[in-house]
Amino acid sequence: MADQGSKTERLEVLRATFFDECAEQLTEVEALLTSVGQEPGGLDAEALNQMFRSVHSIKGNAGAFDFDRIVEVSHALEAYLEGIRSAEVEVSDRTVATLVDGRDLLADIVERTKTGQPIEEDACASFMSQVNAVSSIHASGTSEGDADEVEEGVDVGGEPEASVMQVYTIKFKPTARLFETGNDPLIIVRELRLLGDVTVTASLDLLPSLSALNPVESYLVWTFTLVTNASREDVEEIFEFVADVCALRIETGEAAGSKSPVRRPAGGLKKPPMQPPPVKASAAAVPPETIDVEEVPVQRAPSAQAATAVTDPAASAPAPAAQLPQKITSVRVDLDRIDTLVNMVGELVITQAMLEQYVEAHGLSGGETFHRGIETMSSHMRDLQEGVMAVRMQPVRTVFARMPRLVRELSRKLNKRVKLTLKGQDTEVDKTIIELLSDPLTHMIRNSLDHGIELPQDRVAAGKPEEAEIVLAADQRSGRILIEISDDGAGINRERVLAKAVENGLVQSGVELLPEEIDDLIFAPGFSTAAEVTDVSGRGVGMDVVRRSIQELGGRVTVISDPGRGARFVMALPLTLAVMDGMIVRVGSERYILPLACIVESLQAADGAIQTVMDQGRYIHHRGEYVPLISLADVFSAGHGDTQSGNELIVFVETGMGKTLGLRVDALLGQRQVVIKSLEENFLRIEGVSAATILGDGRVALILDVESIEEMIEPIGHKRTAAASLAAENTQEIAP
Amino acid sequence: MNRRVLVVDDSITMRDMVSFTLEGDGFTVLQAADGIEALAVLEQRGVDVVVTDINMPELDGIELIKAIRALPDYGYIPVLCLTTETEAQTKELARKAGATAWLGKPFEPDVLIGAVRRVCL
Repeated sequence: MADQGSKTERLEVLRATFFDECAEQLTEVEALLTSVGQEPGGLDAEALNQMFRSVHSIKGNAGAFDFDRIVEVSHALEAYLEGIRSAEVEVSDRTVATLVDGRDLLADIVERTKTGQPIEEDACASFMSQVNAVSSIHASGTSEGDADEVEEGVDVGGEPEASVMQVYTIKFKPTARLFETGNDPLIIVRELRLLGDVTVTASLDLLPSLSALNPVESYLVWTFTLVTNASREDVEEIFEFVADVCALRIETGEAAGSKSPVRRPAGGLKKPPMQPPPVKASAAAVPPETIDVEEVPVQRAPSAQAATAVTDPAASAPAPAAQLPQKITSVRVDLDRIDTLVNMVGELVITQAMLEQYVEAHGLSGGETFHRGIETMSSHMRDLQEGVMAVRMQPVRTVFARMPRLVRELSRKLNKRVKLTLKGQDTEVDKTIIELLSDPLTHMIRNSLDHGIELPQDRVAAGKPEEAEIVLAADQRSGRILIEISDDGAGINRERVLAKAVENGLVQSGVELLPEEIDDLIFAPGFSTAAEVTDVSGRGVGMDVVRRSIQELGGRVTVISDPGRGARFVMALPLTLAVMDGMIVRVGSERYILPLACIVESLQAADGAIQTVMDQGRYIHHRGEYVPLISLADVFSAGHGDTQSGNELIVFVETGMGKTLGLRVDALLGQRQVVIKSLEENFLRIEGVSAATILGDGRVALILDVESIEEMIEPIGHKRTAAASLAAENTQEIAP
Repeated sequence: MNRRVLVVDDSITMRDMVSFTLEGDGFTVLQAADGIEALAVLEQRGVDVVVTDINMPELDGIELIKAIRALPDYGYIPVLCLTTETEAQTKELARKAGATAWLGKPFEPDVLIGAVRRVCL
């Protein structure tokens, strides 16, 4: 809940937003007026509509802040525009000038309100009379509609009315269509309760047996007895919006005794200045006046009448705003408590694994019952794990939902045509990460729009469709959350990036870099300079900031660029605590875990399948590709186990980026569900390792991070080049 | 369960005001600047109430309400119109389109909160 401090901040922000938006609206009107020029003929319907909408919006918002002058002047301007639009005001060469004056005056008043300076009353008055003189429209003060509405709302626990208490007997039968308007008898009851005491009786006469029941049909008929001093109109107003989807009869009577004043609570939906048409006048399928149970074409229930009376205790409390106590359907929980829970469950999983291990190791024959018990426990454990984790997880859609608007606004600003596609929005991410994702995502999309996506004419010239596409996709793989932002723009301009990097002293001139290394430079600290300012608030948005934020979350971000075709940003974020299906492998005397999700297959290398490229390492021919071969023993200095060459045991894994690696191991020890324990929290960040776990025998095993393993051995570029050249060589050999 | 409200209005100030008001009462508020975006957000599901303006460019409020009612999961969702419009004809159109209720702009925070709470089942 917002405490007072941040509430004030938010109000400040709201106020600032209002002035920002006003400025935008006023600029738009100015631009429109400029394009119209001095030709009154240029004031076509489209221009008028747009101007009207902008001014109307300013008026509406200003009203909420009680900026009376802004409301007055914008109302006058609005009325004038309406006059022109409806041809009530004659268009002359003074017309445009008047509009310009009005807009300028409004802009001035807005500015003065913002900075707290006094308003120039004379200028206001003179403009108002100017407008009044030309149009016959009532342009002074606030409009009738607004005044009434504001008054209604202010009617808060007001003066006790000494008027007579009445009893309204309301017979109400909704049709099925009522529910289709999102309404519900419960809502009606709540509205009625705002006016006074309500007694509710429901008739179940029409309720058929369960087998005959049509779930979307409406069978119940209600009788509401309302004791209130509100007028009949007030009561009818409650049913106004459901008038044609129900059968309704309201009878008025006098309440026995009590003439004591009852404070009329505020609330109810606003009454418009115009009187709502009385209920009986609406054309309803069922005549609203008569409500005979027999007439309604619904199957009659054989059971005897059962009337359920629900007596409602006084709900019209003397509190100014009549807010009903809501049923408790949610609780607020400290994140810390959830973390503790998650940890405890994690420990449970480990203990369970130890139990299983013990049984296996000691060849205990617990018999069928025991093993089934263990299995059941495993399945419950899994459910418990998922349930507890789910408490903290939220779908990324909450973060993604902000992006379409961003793209729309930015593309408009940059005069580019862009379509945003969202995928995988159901992917769930830990709550703490969700909030922190918003900024990096925003920056990356901005970057894409700013630098990657070309202007429509350039795209067409390049043979691309005028409308660019950005795809924002989320997925969970290999125990990580992967979020990709890909566009079909121009990709990274490597010359410019390199030149800039040299200019900023990040790279020595003359040094040869691989294309991927150049691309990665955009993330280098100090790469982006003040020249990067492109967004509304004027902040520089650098990709180095993005990388740092993601790293702080325990993740990584990389870019893959295809010049002329587009670029892809891939963010990988960890699940700090999770249960993962892993494959235990033995390397030397150590055991490691490979995420099952990223294992493609494993096999023993066939003779001759492995080739060595000088200085580049070994490669294995696998399914038509040359896959880099990495010996985990070398990576982790775990010592070689058994065989040196030939018939080596290779596990093929796929990195988050879709590349395949071959990992040489000594043995596969089996699949297991493991609990991920964060190394960073408990120890240090280690390259090549994403986390750790405790195996059934109590020993720690490291969970490997396949992506970073590849990087540990060689820079990326070399590997790919080597693989490609190998492929080329061998293709030549095969060719006849 | 946290109630999720989708507010649709082309004015960011108005959207932020509704967010501020309803979030202060414990609702989760999603925003959409126009009808198209609103439909996109709804398709992701998880919205309990829609609060929408009537006068909006591209897809106006009435059309949006019709579109919402046509969505498979949202036939029964409460839709509150929050608007400066006072024309009886417009209200009629909104009602026929399937709107649940009507609220005037500018709104009193308590009134908005009360209305949204009442339509939440």
